[in-house]
Amino acid sequence: MSLRSPLGKVLGTGSAKEGVHHWWMQRLTSIALVPLTIWFVVSLLSLGSFEHVAVITWMAQSWTALLLVLFILVATWHSQLGVRVVVEDYVHGGSKTLTLVLITFIHAVVAAAGIFAVLKVAFGGAA
Amino acid sequence: MFRYTLFTSFANRVTGLVLSLGLLVLVYWLMAVASGAAAYERAFGILSMPIFKLFYAVLLLTFSYHLVAGLRHLVWDTGRGLEREQSKRSAWIVGIVSVLLMIAFLYWAFCPGAHQS
Repeated sequence: MSLRSPLGKVLGTGSAKEGVHHWWMQRLTSIALVPLTIWFVVSLLSLGSFEHVAVITWMAQSWTALLLVLFILVATWHSQLGVRVVVEDYVHGGSKTLTLVLITFIHAVVAAAGIFAVLKVAFGGAA
Repeated sequence: MFRYTLFTSFANRVTGLVLSLGLLVLVYWLMAVASGAAAYERAFGILSMPIFKLFYAVLLLTFSYHLVAGLRHLVWDTGRGLEREQSKRSAWIVGIVSVLLMIAFLYWAFCPGAHQS
């Protein structure tokens, strides 16, 4: 027995072939975040001092800056995918679309600001 | 009626949302670092307030859980551990490992002299 509708058979339509994208990106970002988050938390905990000079010295190192940029990019992406699902499940009616737009914009701003800040420090702009 | 599957799934969502809020604080801190010493001093004063210290503790708790629970999901994605008994067992493992991780992180973060090595 086929699960396709008679109309679908006539029109020859299939799926939009995009259904797996969200799921796949969620998994990719999850895998990447395992090492990135562990590195980030361990780095912060072993920083010792949070004085401006100490933070800048740490953040301006090439590998630190690179990993921080990756961490921010992947974490905000993963966060956006996750929060989106929660909104889709619990927010209904007209405010749903508005909430989804806001969530997306906030994540874009957070990602851009985080990456900008790290690069500015890395290129010596905050000393 | 309590079902452990309900708890593990809900906890993963709640901890994820808390960690998303953590990203906002992280970016506020990063922007402060990038804005120079004077601006950083002001932001550092705010970020050192007890309410934020409590939030950092909560972030370490939620990160520990979300990390271990996420690994369980990745194992499921390979098609393993989906039987009822296996799933029950892995829920226990996630609980125990994440609590151990929480204790280790909190000790490291808040006990003076924990990283004098």
